[in-house]
Amino acid sequence: MVLKERFGSKYIGVLDYGAGNLGSICNALEYLGYVPDLIDNPDGITEAKRLIFPGVGSFDMVMTYLNEKGMVDPLREKILDGMPFLGICLGYQVLFESSEESRKSSIRGLAVFKGKVVRFRERKVPQIGWNFAKVNKRPSLLDGGYYYFVNSYYPQPDSEDIALSTTVYGNTEFVSAIEVNDVIATQFHPEKSGGKGLRFLRRWLRC
Amino acid sequence: MLTKRIIPCLDVTEGRVVKGINFVNLKDIGDPVVLARAYSNQGADELVFLDITASSTGRDIMKDLVGKIAKKVFIPFTIGGGLRSVEDIREILRLGADKVSLNSAAVLNPNLIEEAREKFGSQCITVAVDVKKSRKNWDVYIYGGRKKTDWNVLDWITEVQELGAGEILLTSMDQDGTRTGFDIALYQTVEKELGIPVVASGGGGTIQAFKDLFEQTEVDAALAASIFHYDLISLQELKEALIDAGIPVRPLEEGCA
Repeated sequence: MVLKERFGSKYIGVLDYGAGNLGSICNALEYLGYVPDLIDNPDGITEAKRLIFPGVGSFDMVMTYLNEKGMVDPLREKILDGMPFLGICLGYQVLFESSEESRKSSIRGLAVFKGKVVRFRERKVPQIGWNFAKVNKRPSLLDGGYYYFVNSYYPQPDSEDIALSTTVYGNTEFVSAIEVNDVIATQFHPEKSGGKGLRFLRRWLRC
Repeated sequence: MLTKRIIPCLDVTEGRVVKGINFVNLKDIGDPVVLARAYSNQGADELVFLDITASSTGRDIMKDLVGKIAKKVFIPFTIGGGLRSVEDIREILRLGADKVSLNSAAVLNPNLIEEAREKFGSQCITVAVDVKKSRKNWDVYIYGGRKKTDWNVLDWITEVQELGAGEILLTSMDQDGTRTGFDIALYQTVEKELGIPVVASGGGGTIQAFKDLFEQTEVDAALAASIFHYDLISLQELKEALIDAGIPVRPLEEGCA
Protein backbone atom coordinates (compact mmCIF):
# COMPACT_ATOMS: atom_id res chain seq x y z
CA MET A 1 0.00 0.00 0.00
CA VAL A 2 2.88 2.33 0.83
CA LEU A 3 4.37 1.45 -2.50
CA LYS A 4 1.06 2.12 -4.19
CA GLU A 5 0.84 5.59 -2.63
CA ARG A 6 4.41 6.43 -3.43
CA PHE A 7 4.14 5.45 -7.05
CA GLY A 8 0.44 6.29 -7.26
CA SER A 9 0.57 8.00 -10.60
CA LYS A 10 2.11 4.90 -12.13
CA TYR A 11 -0.85 2.75 -11.07
CA ILE A 12 -3.50 2.48 -13.74
CA GLY A 13 -6.85 0.93 -12.93
CA VAL A 14 -7.80 -1.89 -15.29
CA LEU A 15 -11.34 -3.16 -14.93
CA ASP A 16 -11.31 -6.93 -14.36
CA TYR A 17 -14.75 -8.38 -15.03
CA GLY A 18 -13.90 -12.04 -15.00
CA ALA A 19 -13.47 -12.51 -18.74
CA GLY A 20 -9.94 -13.77 -18.35
CA ASN A 21 -7.51 -12.35 -20.83
CA LEU A 22 -6.46 -8.89 -19.64
CA GLY A 23 -2.91 -9.81 -20.58
CA SER A 24 -2.61 -7.65 -23.67
CA ILE A 25 -3.49 -4.34 -22.06
CA CYS A 26 -1.50 -5.13 -18.91
CA ASN A 27 1.56 -6.07 -20.97
CA ALA A 28 1.28 -2.80 -22.90
CA LEU A 29 1.01 -0.77 -19.67
CA GLU A 30 4.05 -2.49 -18.19
CA TYR A 31 5.98 -2.00 -21.41
CA LEU A 32 5.23 1.73 -21.15
CA GLY A 33 6.44 1.83 -17.53
CA TYR A 34 3.11 1.72 -15.67
CA VAL A 35 1.61 -0.74 -13.22
CA PRO A 36 -1.80 -2.26 -13.99
CA ASP A 37 -4.05 -2.31 -10.93
CA LEU A 38 -6.84 -4.84 -11.52
CA ILE A 39 -10.19 -3.60 -10.22
CA ASP A 40 -13.05 -5.98 -9.58
CA ASN A 41 -15.21 -4.25 -6.94
CA PRO A 42 -17.11 -0.96 -6.36
CA ASP A 43 -14.54 0.41 -3.87
CA GLY A 44 -11.79 -0.07 -6.40
CA ILE A 45 -13.73 2.03 -8.86
CA THR A 46 -14.40 4.74 -6.31
CA GLU A 47 -10.68 4.94 -5.46
CA ALA A 48 -9.40 4.79 -9.05
CA LYS A 49 -7.68 7.89 -10.39
CA ARG A 50 -7.64 6.66 -13.97
CA LEU A 51 -9.36 3.66 -15.47
CA ILE A 52 -9.12 1.44 -18.53
CA PHE A 53 -12.08 -0.70 -19.51
CA PRO A 54 -10.57 -3.36 -21.79
CA GLY A 55 -12.50 -5.26 -24.41
CA VAL A 56 -12.94 -8.95 -23.80
CA GLY A 57 -16.16 -10.99 -23.72
CA SER A 58 -19.74 -10.21 -24.66
CA PHE A 59 -22.00 -7.25 -23.86
CA ASP A 60 -24.41 -9.35 -21.75
CA MET A 61 -21.63 -11.09 -19.87
CA VAL A 62 -19.88 -7.90 -18.84
CA MET A 63 -23.03 -5.96 -17.94
CA THR A 64 -24.41 -8.91 -15.94
CA TYR A 65 -21.11 -9.12 -14.05
CA LEU A 66 -21.00 -5.37 -13.33
CA ASN A 67 -24.63 -5.44 -12.15
CA GLU A 68 -24.09 -8.41 -9.85
CA LYS A 69 -21.00 -6.77 -8.33
CA GLY A 70 -22.79 -3.44 -7.83
CA MET A 71 -20.26 -1.69 -10.03
CA VAL A 72 -22.58 -0.05 -12.56
CA ASP A 73 -23.52 3.06 -10.55
CA PRO A 74 -20.03 3.82 -9.18
CA LEU A 75 -18.55 3.38 -12.63
CA ARG A 76 -21.14 5.59 -14.27
CA GLU A 77 -20.72 8.27 -11.58
CA LYS A 78 -16.93 8.31 -11.84
CA ILE A 79 -17.05 8.59 -15.61
CA LEU A 80 -19.58 11.44 -15.49
CA ASP A 81 -17.56 13.03 -12.70
CA GLY A 82 -14.50 13.43 -14.94
CA MET A 83 -12.16 10.58 -14.02
CA PRO A 84 -9.87 9.95 -17.02
CA PHE A 85 -11.40 6.90 -18.69
CA LEU A 86 -10.29 4.82 -21.66
CA GLY A 87 -12.71 2.27 -23.11
CA ILE A 88 -11.43 -0.30 -25.61
CA CYS A 89 -13.66 -2.34 -27.93
CA LEU A 90 -16.36 -3.76 -25.62
CA GLY A 91 -15.29 -1.08 -23.12
CA TYR A 92 -16.39 1.46 -25.73
CA GLN A 93 -19.66 -0.31 -26.56
CA VAL A 94 -20.87 -0.54 -22.94
CA LEU A 95 -20.88 3.28 -22.70
CA PHE A 96 -24.09 3.24 -24.77
CA GLU A 97 -27.64 2.27 -23.86
CA SER A 98 -28.13 -1.13 -25.46
CA SER A 99 -26.62 -3.63 -27.91
CA GLU A 100 -27.92 -5.90 -30.64
CA GLU A 101 -25.54 -8.46 -29.18
CA SER A 102 -27.82 -8.79 -26.15
CA ARG A 103 -29.90 -11.94 -25.95
CA LYS A 104 -32.09 -10.27 -23.32
CA SER A 105 -33.51 -6.83 -24.07
CA SER A 106 -33.57 -6.09 -20.32
CA ILE A 107 -29.77 -5.84 -20.25
CA ARG A 108 -28.75 -2.21 -20.50
CA GLY A 109 -25.36 -0.62 -21.00
CA LEU A 110 -23.83 2.06 -18.78
CA ALA A 111 -25.79 4.63 -20.81
CA VAL A 112 -23.19 7.35 -20.37
CA PHE A 113 -24.04 8.31 -23.96
CA LYS A 114 -27.23 8.01 -25.95
CA GLY A 115 -27.21 5.48 -28.75
CA LYS A 116 -27.10 1.75 -29.39
CA VAL A 117 -24.61 -0.86 -30.51
CA VAL A 118 -25.45 -2.60 -33.79
CA ARG A 119 -24.12 -5.53 -35.81
CA PHE A 120 -22.32 -5.10 -39.13
CA ARG A 121 -24.50 -5.95 -42.11
CA GLU A 122 -21.52 -7.00 -44.24
CA ARG A 123 -20.68 -10.33 -45.88
CA LYS A 124 -17.75 -11.10 -43.63
CA VAL A 125 -18.30 -10.64 -39.90
CA PRO A 126 -16.32 -10.12 -37.70
CA GLN A 127 -14.15 -7.43 -39.17
CA ILE A 128 -10.59 -8.63 -38.44
CA GLY A 129 -7.54 -6.59 -39.30
CA TRP A 130 -6.06 -3.13 -39.75
CA ASN A 131 -8.44 -0.39 -40.79
CA PHE A 132 -8.12 3.36 -41.15
CA ALA A 133 -9.35 5.71 -38.43
CA LYS A 134 -9.99 9.16 -39.88
CA VAL A 135 -9.69 11.66 -37.05
CA ASN A 136 -12.26 14.45 -37.16
CA LYS A 137 -11.24 16.48 -34.12
CA ARG A 138 -8.15 18.53 -33.44
CA PRO A 139 -6.19 18.67 -31.28
CA SER A 140 -6.53 15.07 -30.20
CA LEU A 141 -4.55 12.35 -28.45
CA LEU A 142 -5.30 10.14 -31.43
CA ASP A 143 -3.46 10.34 -34.74
CA GLY A 144 -5.33 9.28 -37.82
CA GLY A 145 -4.08 6.07 -39.39
CA TYR A 146 -4.33 2.31 -39.28
CA TYR A 147 -5.35 0.49 -36.11
CA TYR A 148 -6.22 -3.13 -35.37
CA PHE A 149 -9.92 -4.05 -35.20
CA VAL A 150 -11.69 -7.27 -34.23
CA ASN A 151 -15.41 -6.61 -34.02
CA SER A 152 -18.82 -7.76 -35.14
CA TYR A 153 -20.64 -4.82 -33.50
CA TYR A 154 -20.12 -1.05 -33.33
CA PRO A 155 -21.82 1.82 -31.49
CA GLN A 156 -24.12 4.28 -33.22
CA PRO A 157 -24.04 7.41 -31.05
CA ASP A 158 -27.17 9.59 -31.26
CA SER A 159 -24.98 12.69 -31.30
CA GLU A 160 -22.30 12.99 -33.97
CA ASP A 161 -20.58 15.62 -31.84
CA ILE A 162 -18.90 12.98 -29.70
CA ALA A 163 -17.21 11.26 -32.67
CA LEU A 164 -13.42 11.43 -32.61
CA SER A 165 -12.78 9.20 -35.63
CA THR A 166 -14.69 7.36 -38.32
CA THR A 167 -13.81 4.15 -40.17
CA VAL A 168 -15.22 2.39 -43.21
CA TYR A 169 -15.80 -1.37 -43.29
CA GLY A 170 -17.33 -2.64 -46.53
CA ASN A 171 -20.29 -0.34 -47.15
CA THR A 172 -20.55 0.75 -43.52
CA GLU A 173 -19.04 3.96 -42.14
CA PHE A 174 -18.99 3.91 -38.35
CA VAL A 175 -17.71 5.97 -35.41
CA SER A 176 -14.50 4.15 -34.47
CA ALA A 177 -13.59 6.38 -31.50
CA ILE A 178 -15.26 8.99 -29.33
CA GLU A 179 -13.90 11.71 -27.05
CA VAL A 180 -15.89 13.78 -24.58
CA ASN A 181 -14.01 15.69 -21.90
CA ASP A 182 -12.04 13.02 -20.00
CA VAL A 183 -13.70 10.06 -21.66
CA ILE A 184 -12.00 8.52 -24.68
CA ALA A 185 -13.04 5.21 -26.18
CA THR A 186 -12.00 3.26 -29.25
CA GLN A 187 -13.48 0.37 -31.20
CA PHE A 188 -9.97 -0.68 -32.21
CA HIS A 189 -7.30 -2.17 -29.94
CA PRO A 190 -4.48 0.34 -29.34
CA GLU A 191 -2.61 -2.32 -27.33
CA LYS A 192 -2.47 -4.43 -30.52
CA SER A 193 -1.84 -1.63 -33.02
CA GLY A 194 1.95 -1.63 -32.96
CA GLY A 195 3.91 1.59 -32.43
CA LYS A 196 0.98 3.79 -33.38
CA GLY A 197 -1.26 2.20 -30.77
CA LEU A 198 1.41 2.45 -28.07
CA ARG A 199 1.92 6.13 -28.91
CA PHE A 200 -1.77 6.80 -28.35
CA LEU A 201 -1.72 4.90 -25.04
CA ARG A 202 1.38 6.78 -23.87
CA ARG A 203 -0.23 10.14 -24.61
CA TRP A 204 -3.38 9.15 -22.77
CA LEU A 205 -1.36 7.96 -19.77
CA ARG A 206 0.51 11.27 -19.62
CA CYS A 207 -2.40 13.64 -20.18
CA MET B 1 -11.19 0.32 -45.73
CA LEU B 2 -10.00 -2.91 -44.20
CA THR B 3 -6.53 -3.76 -45.46
CA LYS B 4 -5.15 -7.09 -46.64
CA ARG B 5 -2.88 -8.55 -43.99
CA ILE B 6 0.64 -9.86 -44.53
CA ILE B 7 1.50 -12.44 -41.88
CA PRO B 8 4.98 -13.89 -41.36
CA CYS B 9 4.77 -17.42 -40.00
CA LEU B 10 7.36 -18.76 -37.61
CA ASP B 11 7.65 -22.51 -37.18
CA VAL B 12 9.01 -23.14 -33.71
CA THR B 13 10.67 -26.22 -32.27
CA GLU B 14 12.60 -26.44 -28.99
CA GLY B 15 12.34 -22.68 -28.61
CA ARG B 16 13.91 -21.87 -32.00
CA VAL B 17 12.41 -20.77 -35.31
CA VAL B 18 13.02 -23.25 -38.15
CA LYS B 19 11.97 -23.58 -41.76
CA GLY B 20 11.73 -26.60 -44.07
CA ILE B 21 10.35 -27.38 -47.49
CA ASN B 22 7.19 -29.48 -47.75
CA PHE B 23 7.34 -29.91 -43.97
CA VAL B 24 10.80 -31.60 -43.94
CA ASN B 25 14.54 -30.64 -44.01
CA LEU B 26 14.36 -28.14 -41.15
CA LYS B 27 16.89 -25.30 -40.82
CA ASP B 28 17.46 -23.07 -37.79
CA ILE B 29 16.43 -19.46 -38.47
CA GLY B 30 16.66 -17.70 -35.12
CA ASP B 31 15.18 -16.61 -31.80
CA PRO B 32 11.37 -16.27 -31.87
CA VAL B 33 11.11 -13.08 -29.79
CA VAL B 34 13.89 -11.32 -31.71
CA LEU B 35 12.38 -12.29 -35.06
CA ALA B 36 8.87 -11.33 -33.93
CA ARG B 37 9.97 -7.85 -32.87
CA ALA B 38 11.88 -7.37 -36.10
CA TYR B 39 8.88 -8.38 -38.21
CA SER B 40 6.59 -6.16 -36.17
CA ASN B 41 8.91 -3.19 -36.73
CA GLN B 42 9.12 -3.99 -40.44
CA GLY B 43 5.34 -3.77 -40.83
CA ALA B 44 4.01 -7.30 -40.25
CA ASP B 45 0.27 -7.07 -39.67
CA GLU B 46 0.09 -10.17 -37.48
CA LEU B 47 2.32 -13.11 -36.60
CA VAL B 48 1.68 -16.83 -36.47
CA PHE B 49 3.81 -19.19 -34.40
CA LEU B 50 3.41 -22.88 -35.09
CA ASP B 51 4.84 -25.31 -32.57
CA ILE B 52 5.96 -28.08 -34.87
CA THR B 53 7.33 -30.40 -32.19
CA ALA B 54 4.25 -30.60 -30.01
CA SER B 55 6.03 -33.04 -27.70
CA SER B 56 5.43 -32.49 -24.00
CA THR B 57 8.77 -30.73 -23.45
CA GLY B 58 8.23 -28.73 -26.62
CA ARG B 59 4.82 -27.65 -25.27
CA ASP B 60 6.32 -26.28 -22.07
CA ILE B 61 8.96 -24.35 -23.97
CA MET B 62 6.20 -22.95 -26.17
CA LYS B 63 4.12 -21.78 -23.21
CA ASP B 64 7.13 -20.02 -21.79
CA LEU B 65 7.66 -18.41 -25.17
CA VAL B 66 4.06 -17.17 -25.49
CA GLY B 67 4.46 -15.13 -22.31
CA LYS B 68 7.75 -13.65 -23.53
CA ILE B 69 6.30 -12.70 -26.92
CA ALA B 70 3.24 -11.09 -25.34
CA LYS B 71 5.42 -8.79 -23.23
CA LYS B 72 7.45 -7.57 -26.19
CA VAL B 73 5.24 -7.68 -29.27
CA PHE B 74 2.24 -5.37 -29.70
CA ILE B 75 0.61 -6.69 -32.82
CA PRO B 76 -1.78 -9.65 -32.77
CA PHE B 77 -0.28 -13.11 -32.75
CA THR B 78 -1.62 -16.63 -33.13
CA ILE B 79 -0.28 -19.82 -31.58
CA GLY B 80 -0.83 -23.19 -33.21
CA GLY B 81 0.45 -26.74 -33.01
CA GLY B 82 -0.45 -29.46 -30.57
CA LEU B 83 -3.46 -27.75 -28.96
CA ARG B 84 -5.93 -30.50 -28.14
CA SER B 85 -8.30 -29.32 -25.44
CA VAL B 86 -10.20 -26.31 -24.17
CA GLU B 87 -7.69 -26.22 -21.31
CA ASP B 88 -4.74 -26.02 -23.73
CA ILE B 89 -6.48 -23.12 -25.49
CA ARG B 90 -7.34 -21.34 -22.26
CA GLU B 91 -3.74 -21.46 -21.12
CA ILE B 92 -2.31 -20.12 -24.39
CA LEU B 93 -4.82 -17.25 -24.44
CA ARG B 94 -4.18 -16.50 -20.78
CA LEU B 95 -0.46 -16.30 -21.48
CA GLY B 96 -1.18 -13.53 -23.95
CA ALA B 97 -1.83 -15.00 -27.41
CA ASP B 98 -4.64 -13.30 -29.32
CA LYS B 99 -5.76 -16.37 -31.23
CA VAL B 100 -5.14 -20.07 -31.32
CA SER B 101 -4.92 -22.15 -34.45
CA LEU B 102 -6.40 -25.65 -34.38
CA ASN B 103 -5.52 -28.20 -37.00
CA SER B 104 -5.38 -31.97 -36.41
CA ALA B 105 -7.31 -31.70 -33.15
CA ALA B 106 -10.19 -29.98 -34.95
CA VAL B 107 -10.47 -32.81 -37.48
CA LEU B 108 -10.21 -35.51 -34.83
CA ASN B 109 -12.63 -33.72 -32.48
CA PRO B 110 -14.74 -31.09 -34.29
CA ASN B 111 -16.63 -30.34 -31.05
CA LEU B 112 -13.47 -28.65 -29.82
CA ILE B 113 -14.17 -25.76 -32.21
CA GLU B 114 -17.66 -25.34 -30.83
CA GLU B 115 -16.56 -25.58 -27.20
CA ALA B 116 -13.76 -23.09 -27.78
CA ARG B 117 -16.13 -20.69 -29.52
CA GLU B 118 -18.53 -20.80 -26.59
CA LYS B 119 -15.77 -20.24 -24.02
CA PHE B 120 -13.55 -17.71 -25.77
CA GLY B 121 -15.46 -16.34 -28.78
CA SER B 122 -15.03 -17.01 -32.52
CA GLN B 123 -12.59 -14.14 -32.95
CA CYS B 124 -9.79 -16.05 -31.26
CA ILE B 125 -10.36 -19.42 -32.93
CA THR B 126 -8.54 -19.99 -36.23
CA VAL B 127 -8.81 -23.37 -37.89
CA ALA B 128 -5.76 -24.30 -39.94
CA VAL B 129 -6.50 -26.54 -42.90
CA ASP B 130 -3.70 -28.26 -44.84
CA VAL B 131 -4.73 -29.48 -48.27
CA LYS B 132 -3.19 -31.33 -51.16
CA LYS B 133 -4.61 -31.35 -54.66
CA SER B 134 -6.17 -34.57 -55.86
CA ARG B 135 -7.60 -35.13 -59.34
CA LYS B 136 -10.89 -33.28 -58.84
CA ASN B 137 -10.57 -31.58 -55.48
CA TRP B 138 -8.35 -30.81 -52.55
CA ASP B 139 -7.99 -33.36 -49.74
CA VAL B 140 -7.53 -32.33 -46.13
CA TYR B 141 -4.44 -33.67 -44.33
CA ILE B 142 -3.52 -33.76 -40.65
CA TYR B 143 -0.45 -34.47 -38.51
CA GLY B 144 1.65 -31.90 -40.33
CA GLY B 145 0.67 -33.29 -43.71
CA ARG B 146 1.49 -36.91 -42.92
CA LYS B 147 -2.05 -38.32 -42.86
CA LYS B 148 -4.84 -37.90 -45.39
CA THR B 149 -8.36 -37.54 -44.00
CA ASP B 150 -11.73 -38.34 -45.59
CA TRP B 151 -12.59 -34.63 -45.82
CA ASN B 152 -12.42 -32.59 -49.01
CA VAL B 153 -11.68 -28.91 -48.55
CA LEU B 154 -15.14 -27.47 -49.24
CA ASP B 155 -17.00 -29.82 -46.93
CA TRP B 156 -14.50 -29.31 -44.14
CA ILE B 157 -14.32 -25.51 -44.24
CA THR B 158 -18.12 -25.30 -44.40
CA GLU B 159 -18.30 -27.52 -41.33
CA VAL B 160 -15.61 -25.51 -39.56
CA GLN B 161 -17.44 -22.25 -40.18
CA GLU B 162 -20.72 -23.69 -38.87
CA LEU B 163 -18.98 -24.92 -35.73
CA GLY B 164 -17.87 -21.37 -35.02
CA ALA B 165 -14.33 -20.78 -36.25
CA GLY B 166 -13.54 -17.08 -36.65
CA GLU B 167 -11.00 -17.48 -39.42
CA ILE B 168 -9.50 -20.15 -41.68
CA LEU B 169 -5.80 -20.54 -42.42
CA LEU B 170 -5.75 -22.53 -45.63
CA THR B 171 -2.40 -24.00 -46.65
CA SER B 172 -1.65 -25.59 -49.98
CA MET B 173 0.85 -28.33 -49.18
CA ASP B 174 1.72 -28.62 -52.86
CA GLN B 175 2.90 -25.03 -52.88
CA ASP B 176 4.34 -24.82 -49.36
CA GLY B 177 7.96 -23.73 -49.34
CA THR B 178 8.25 -23.80 -53.13
CA ARG B 179 8.01 -20.01 -53.73
CA THR B 180 6.14 -20.70 -56.98
CA GLY B 181 2.94 -18.79 -56.23
CA PHE B 182 -0.23 -19.36 -54.22
CA ASP B 183 -2.80 -21.91 -55.37
CA ILE B 184 -5.20 -19.32 -56.83
CA ALA B 185 -7.80 -21.92 -57.90
CA LEU B 186 -8.03 -23.21 -54.34
CA TYR B 187 -8.89 -19.80 -52.88
CA GLN B 188 -11.29 -18.97 -55.70
CA THR B 189 -13.08 -22.23 -54.99
CA VAL B 190 -13.48 -21.72 -51.25
CA GLU B 191 -14.28 -18.02 -51.09
CA LYS B 192 -17.86 -18.44 -52.29
CA GLU B 193 -18.57 -20.67 -49.33
CA LEU B 194 -17.18 -18.49 -46.58
CA GLY B 195 -18.47 -15.63 -44.46
CA ILE B 196 -15.34 -15.56 -42.30
CA PRO B 197 -11.84 -14.34 -43.18
CA VAL B 198 -9.46 -16.63 -45.07
CA VAL B 199 -5.68 -16.53 -44.75
CA ALA B 200 -3.85 -17.99 -47.75
CA SER B 201 -0.63 -19.90 -47.21
CA GLY B 202 1.82 -21.87 -49.32
CA GLY B 203 3.82 -20.60 -52.27
CA GLY B 204 4.21 -16.90 -51.47
CA GLY B 205 7.76 -16.61 -52.74
CA THR B 206 7.66 -13.51 -54.92
CA ILE B 207 5.99 -10.11 -54.97
CA GLN B 208 4.08 -11.24 -58.05
CA ALA B 209 2.65 -14.20 -56.08
CA PHE B 210 1.08 -11.83 -53.52
CA LYS B 211 -0.21 -9.50 -56.26
CA ASP B 212 -1.83 -12.38 -58.11
CA LEU B 213 -3.37 -13.68 -54.91
CA PHE B 214 -4.97 -10.38 -53.89
CA GLU B 215 -5.99 -9.41 -57.42
CA GLN B 216 -7.54 -12.75 -58.34
CA THR B 217 -9.11 -13.89 -55.06
CA GLU B 218 -10.94 -12.35 -52.12
CA VAL B 219 -8.69 -13.75 -49.40
CA ASP B 220 -8.16 -11.42 -46.45
CA ALA B 221 -4.56 -12.18 -45.69
CA ALA B 222 -1.47 -13.98 -46.89
CA LEU B 223 0.93 -15.92 -44.73
CA ALA B 224 4.50 -16.68 -45.67
CA ALA B 225 7.70 -17.74 -44.02
CA SER B 226 10.72 -18.46 -46.16
CA ILE B 227 10.75 -15.25 -48.19
CA PHE B 228 10.92 -13.17 -45.04
CA HIS B 229 13.26 -15.44 -43.10
CA TYR B 230 15.85 -15.52 -45.86
CA ASP B 231 15.48 -11.81 -46.65
CA LEU B 232 14.48 -12.64 -50.21
CA ILE B 233 12.00 -9.79 -50.04
CA SER B 234 11.55 -7.38 -47.16
CA LEU B 235 8.09 -6.78 -45.79
CA GLN B 236 8.46 -3.11 -46.63
CA GLU B 237 9.37 -3.86 -50.25
CA LEU B 238 6.41 -6.22 -50.57
CA LYS B 239 3.96 -3.76 -49.08
CA GLU B 240 5.16 -0.88 -51.24
CA ALA B 241 4.78 -3.02 -54.36
CA LEU B 242 1.26 -4.02 -53.32
CA ILE B 243 0.29 -0.39 -52.64
CA ASP B 244 1.65 0.58 -56.08
CA ALA B 245 -0.55 -2.14 -57.56
CA GLY B 246 -3.60 -0.58 -55.89
CA ILE B 247 -4.05 -3.33 -53.29
CA PRO B 248 -5.12 -2.01 -49.88
CA VAL B 249 -2.39 -2.79 -47.35
CA ARG B 250 -1.24 -0.94 -44.26
CA PRO B 251 1.77 1.18 -45.18
CA LEU B 252 4.86 0.95 -43.02
CA GLU B 253 5.39 4.68 -42.52
CA GLU B 254 1.99 6.17 -42.12
CA GLY B 255 1.34 9.89 -42.18
CA CYS B 256 -1.27 11.63 -40.07
CA ALA B 257 -4.72 11.89 -41.58
